[in-house]
Amino acid sequence: SGQESAVLSPAKKLRLSKPSKSAALHVDLCKASSSTDALQYLLTFSRKPVEAESVEGVVRILLEHYYKETDSSVRLKIASLLGLLSKTPGFSPDCIVDDAINTLSSEKSHQVLAQLLDSLLVIGSQLPESPAVRLRLIEVAYKNLSDSSFGVRTKCLQLLGCLGLLEAPLGKDTAMRDVQSIISDYFGDQDPRVRTAALKAMLQLHERGMKIHQIIYDQACRLLSDDYEQVRSAAVQMVWVLSQLYPESIVPIPSSNEEIRLVDDAFGKISHMVSDGSWMVRVQAAKTLGSMLQVSPHFLEQTLDKKLMSDLRRKRTAHERAKELFASGEFSSGRKWADDAPKEKLDTNTVNLIASGACGAFVHGLEDEMFEVRNAAVEALCQLARSSPSFAEKCLDFLVDMFNDEIEEVRLQSIHVLRQISTHITLREDQLDTVLAVLEDSSRDIREALHELLCFTNVSTKECIQLALLELLKNLNKYPTDRSSVWKCLKFLGSRHPTLVLPLVPELLSTHPYFDTPEPDMDDPAYIAVLVLVFNAATSCPTMPALFSDHTFRHYAYLRDSLSHLVPPLRLPGRKQVYGLDSVDCGSGSGSVESAQLFLQQSLNRVSTIQNLEAAGAPELLDLTIRDLQRLGELQTELAGAADFCATFLRCQLLLMKALQEKLWNISVPLILKQNITVTAAAQQVLDESYKLEFLYSGLENRQVATIHHVRLQAKALQLILAARTRHGLDSLISSCEKFLQDVESFQRLFLTELPHLQDSFVEKLLELLPRLSSCKPVEQVKILQTTLRQSGLLQLRLPEQIHRATATIIEPTGESDNPLRFTSGLVVALDIDATLEHVQDPQNSVKVQVLYPDGQSHVIHPKPADFRKPGPNRHRLITQVYLSHTAWTEPSQIEVRLLLAYSSSCSSRLGWTDAMDSLHPAEGTVEGTIPFSKHVKVFIMPKPARR
Amino acid sequence: NMPEINVTPLGAGQDVGRSCILVSIGGKNIMLDCGMHMGYNDDRRFPDFSYITQNGRLTDFLDCVIISHFHLDHCGALPYMSEMVGYDGPIYMTHPTKAICPILLEDFRKITVDKKGETNFFTSQMIKDCMKKVVPLNLHQTVQVDDELEIKAYYAGHVLGAAMVHIKVGSESVVYTVSVNKYAKSHISAWIDKCRPDILISESTYATTIRDSKRCRERDFLKKVHETIERGGKVLIPVFALGRAQELCILLETFWERMNLKAPIYFSTGLTEKANHYYKLFITWTNQKIRKTFVQRNMFEFKHIKAFDRSYADNPGPMVVFATPGMLHAGQSLQIFKKWAGNEKNMVIMPGYCVQGTIGHKILNGQRKLEMEGRATLDVKLQVEYMSFSAHADAKGIMQLIRMAEPRNMLLVHGEAVKMEFLKGKIEQEFSIDCYMPANGETATVTTNPSVPVDISLNLLKREMALGGPLPDPKKPRTMHGTLIMKENSLKLVSSEQALKELGLNEHQLRFTCRVQLQDPHSDPDTLHRIYTHLKSVLKGYTIQHLPDGTVMVESIVIKVSSSAEDTNAKVLLLSWSYQGGEYFFTALCIVKRLMYQ
Repeated sequence: SGQESAVLSPAKKLRLSKPSKSAALHVDLCKASSSTDALQYLLTFSRKPVEAESVEGVVRILLEHYYKETDSSVRLKIASLLGLLSKTPGFSPDCIVDDAINTLSSEKSHQVLAQLLDSLLVIGSQLPESPAVRLRLIEVAYKNLSDSSFGVRTKCLQLLGCLGLLEAPLGKDTAMRDVQSIISDYFGDQDPRVRTAALKAMLQLHERGMKIHQIIYDQACRLLSDDYEQVRSAAVQMVWVLSQLYPESIVPIPSSNEEIRLVDDAFGKISHMVSDGSWMVRVQAAKTLGSMLQVSPHFLEQTLDKKLMSDLRRKRTAHERAKELFASGEFSSGRKWADDAPKEKLDTNTVNLIASGACGAFVHGLEDEMFEVRNAAVEALCQLARSSPSFAEKCLDFLVDMFNDEIEEVRLQSIHVLRQISTHITLREDQLDTVLAVLEDSSRDIREALHELLCFTNVSTKECIQLALLELLKNLNKYPTDRSSVWKCLKFLGSRHPTLVLPLVPELLSTHPYFDTPEPDMDDPAYIAVLVLVFNAATSCPTMPALFSDHTFRHYAYLRDSLSHLVPPLRLPGRKQVYGLDSVDCGSGSGSVESAQLFLQQSLNRVSTIQNLEAAGAPELLDLTIRDLQRLGELQTELAGAADFCATFLRCQLLLMKALQEKLWNISVPLILKQNITVTAAAQQVLDESYKLEFLYSGLENRQVATIHHVRLQAKALQLILAARTRHGLDSLISSCEKFLQDVESFQRLFLTELPHLQDSFVEKLLELLPRLSSCKPVEQVKILQTTLRQSGLLQLRLPEQIHRATATIIEPTGESDNPLRFTSGLVVALDIDATLEHVQDPQNSVKVQVLYPDGQSHVIHPKPADFRKPGPNRHRLITQVYLSHTAWTEPSQIEVRLLLAYSSSCSSRLGWTDAMDSLHPAEGTVEGTIPFSKHVKVFIMPKPARR
Repeated sequence: NMPEINVTPLGAGQDVGRSCILVSIGGKNIMLDCGMHMGYNDDRRFPDFSYITQNGRLTDFLDCVIISHFHLDHCGALPYMSEMVGYDGPIYMTHPTKAICPILLEDFRKITVDKKGETNFFTSQMIKDCMKKVVPLNLHQTVQVDDELEIKAYYAGHVLGAAMVHIKVGSESVVYTVSVNKYAKSHISAWIDKCRPDILISESTYATTIRDSKRCRERDFLKKVHETIERGGKVLIPVFALGRAQELCILLETFWERMNLKAPIYFSTGLTEKANHYYKLFITWTNQKIRKTFVQRNMFEFKHIKAFDRSYADNPGPMVVFATPGMLHAGQSLQIFKKWAGNEKNMVIMPGYCVQGTIGHKILNGQRKLEMEGRATLDVKLQVEYMSFSAHADAKGIMQLIRMAEPRNMLLVHGEAVKMEFLKGKIEQEFSIDCYMPANGETATVTTNPSVPVDISLNLLKREMALGGPLPDPKKPRTMHGTLIMKENSLKLVSSEQALKELGLNEHQLRFTCRVQLQDPHSDPDTLHRIYTHLKSVLKGYTIQHLPDGTVMVESIVIKVSSSAEDTNAKVLLLSWSYQGGEYFFTALCIVKRLMYQ
């Protein structure tokens, strides 16, 4: 090896770089008496990061040692270090490409060779802009493709896949064949790992945007019957890719004269893989099927085909029998002996035993032994059904069957899927029966998913409605906590099927044509459930209220008030509208939303006429507008978020305005102590509100965020001015001034693109004055700030498309219970909490539970990520247990529980989090805090005397 | 004389029951399964071992016995064979089979000897002795029976411990599968390598059946039980002790858990308890669901299912009871049935087939008045349900297995001839492989084409690789030169030099000489020179030399010209070549001839 280095040393260029790291390494490596020692040094060395500027030097030392080293494990480590080092941020590895490539020529060990190629791949992907380097690396890959070791070939193929040129070099070098045909040569390699690598490389090319040639299709299809599962799995992907690229191409069917579309052919072949021997391949195939939407309906429907036979006689499937029973009017049987007896004799020639093509692919997938495959099949079924109503209709039976799967995940998945395709379908009575049976499931997730499904379900007969109601009431009885979910479900069921509910009304309300029936108990959840169903059906069925008895009307008025989200406004004959509110709601259609939107916009326009914060009459106008907006939010739920957002923003402005308007600014210091306190409070409130604005609302655009930050900056300026007036000391003032200036700078950095929109604002003026500000004394700074702040105009708020306020409602505990929760003081008691969260992003990290003890102590509890479920878009459900404990507790008393939204704002957060992670201290200017966003719920707790 | 594999069924050849198949492969004799026939009470119930040997012990003729699973039609004759006929060699079966097999054998013995009073039957001690010869197998464990014979077990389905066996001698192999995945959810539950055996031996009981999804049937079953419980009725489920009973228990247990039901479920004691115990032990041999839940608890540690006591039958309120036997012909299930039959709220669910003459069979056929002993009649008011759970591996499952293993030949056993015929046709059509279905005592012979391994010297391989370009193209075969040495059952391919050295031989040069007569007026050296210049002009890229001794060398071919003394025009052309140069020779000869006849 000494000779080798001597031969190669002239090729090395000497460059001077900082010696620190490399020198130490050099010394270490020279000291190493044996290969084992050297390896040890390298291992410890690789644990520490290297600065970008010394990487090159280190690489050179390593390479020098590389040529001297006889032990291949050390060379392997060096090779891997090359790759690691070239990933160092800030280091461009183009200077070491040549040296790295040179090492390949003298390397004898296949393992080291593979590792070197791997490192070259890293280097190559670090230099995407350099075609020359790429060409060289590709050449290297070509050269080593014929290596006898699978590892080297695999790496070469990887290199080609990641770096292969998308456009073939035109006529420049005819020896350089098309990269695709070279890779496809290795589809037939003797080693399965190389075959897999070849397929993966081809897929990589596809991902990078190269159009894969159609000739690859046949080759990939052949690999579907490979002996090795990883090859088959990759081949399934490959076939899928080609079916998406050339869906309409025509391919021949072997051993016949017929031809079919390529996508159909591929669909058939992948369907066949659903009954592969390896479950990984089955999962892959089942998943893939879902995304082949261009497939012909004929092929698609074959996937649900199943022919049963018994002793060569045709047997009807349970699905067919159920359908026939339903058609014949008989329901729920199976009591007859041998009602599944085989029917007509089958012709042996027509029986297809091995599923060829798409035949029964989903039937197999859904009955697979592994639940992973079943889940994948359900998912695929969903995707296909969503794009084809006729297929959705056909797969209904199968999906309903899955409601009884033995694994909960699969059951849940199939319920979700059915909900997603429910617009296409109407459930038959027998199907509904199966669906409803799941309502007794002990898993809350399953039940809720089912309620959600029932909200979107269409049924065909009044018996179905009756059945559904009956089962839901049973559900309510068995699991009382499902109350609100069941009610909501009935609300939709009613409003969807008014004509089916109508004939049931007398029975449901137990009215009688001649006799007065006793008045039902108004607090009975079951009775409320029935009423919710009826009232919602009555909205679009004007004849229905005629069937109501007197108490029904009374109950309506009560429920309309107490459960207004469940009970719609009704036009009741001969009755006054109970609320003025109703008149607005009655006309609530898209028109009224538009008008409300217009009103909102007008209010904002009106406010924008205010010139600056000292304008006369401005506070009154703001006051009025805030009130208008709050009312609007209550009336028009669609706009609640936007209205609320505007109102809060305007309140901030109002507070600022008031604070600045105070006469205090002209009075001498000792006299203003009292006012000072109010202004300080106002500044703090504005600051708090600004965090609410930023983190409580979703759907904000960068522009609104800038506006909010602007308000915050104003509040901070105000605080600074106040601090200056109280004169606690010059040092603290200097530091606060500096901090403020930093804030201004970071604002500028963050919202550079938004600055043009902030004309005539506080911050714009501030930025103009920045050079002056940063050079003058703190006292003068404060003065400048004060005048700027007072002169700056009101920032106009532009509304984003959609804006929602995050809300949380604690369902459980209700706070109504008189039964105290008993516990032994000093020990732990668990409190069940159930809450719905709306429009909360990333609730796993942001939502906390706060417990306030009677003695004023408070605990913040972080729920587990698994406690959050996502029942619908923008909606989360938190079901968790919090553990309460307190030592000194003797009397029964109440604790309070509420939910908090935690936020963390840091200046760097929007710049990319990696920088923040690297530094040991949290970025400066980070503000962490919590916003309470649910009502307090009180829980009565009673301590038991501790046992002796 | 090609090597053969012979397969002879002693039982189960075009027949159901009494599985016993002899395989002789690569000089080894293996017995696959050793079952009894349920339909006979005489000698015919056991396989005819006299086929193997008329007198004397079987040990000398059999290398090993392999039992696929614990059903009596696959292991029922084992003690008879090993203890009464006489076999001391190894018996292979999986761990669960080894555990459960003796229970069933003992039960079988009790019924035959104690109840039916037969003599000359195997004793309890014999069962014990027999089980001592058993060598347990683990899944996917390759067991070396002797130096040449190796076996490997694969998971075969949901009868606890059922296994497929891959038997291999040299490069010949046979796979035996019973595909009893009766309770499998899917057609695929058994899995096997693509081992491409010479023969795949498979059961074909349900060769003409494609069955429906199990999920529908389960749902029906659970719905019926649930409805009865809800209206306060009692449910009786008569079962046999093993297999299906455990399956139904798990089904109900899970359903109770899922639906939060409280009504008690009882399981009649006795044999079943013991069996449950084994199911508990061998949890890893069960299906995915049970294995998954095992992380939390053992599924067979039933939470809702308790042991039954006779007195519980009179308890008020709803309950579910599993009781043996399955056809309501005797025992506990019949006692409970009598108690509950009068109430229309109750229900009996028959989960399996009932033999004619049993009460089970009668009530299933709608009989509502039953005559009991002592002229008493029993009014059957309770509901009678039939629940078909007989979902055996069907035709599709077998086809699937063939696709997975890719055998060269197929052999069907354990099924009716007519049904086999159908499946045989399908297999031959779909896979174009030969399919056999020998009757009992009939031998199916498959000739194999075993590959012969040859050692090749590394040097030779490297030399040849260096000759022909970079890497051999795996798609194209290439010829190479070498010497094949056969020595003591091993084959070696080495270079000729090494072969000579190893065998201690001298190298002999073999030269061929050819005389060509022709007429040419020129002098000898002129003629030779003409030949030389012509060859030089035609054969470019070859080494052609004109040597001073009056010869022309083309590669290794020597050309000489001489003329006869009488006629100087009549020239004799001497061409001499070594055997390696043969390929050039004819080219050279043609050229020379063409030149001379010009």
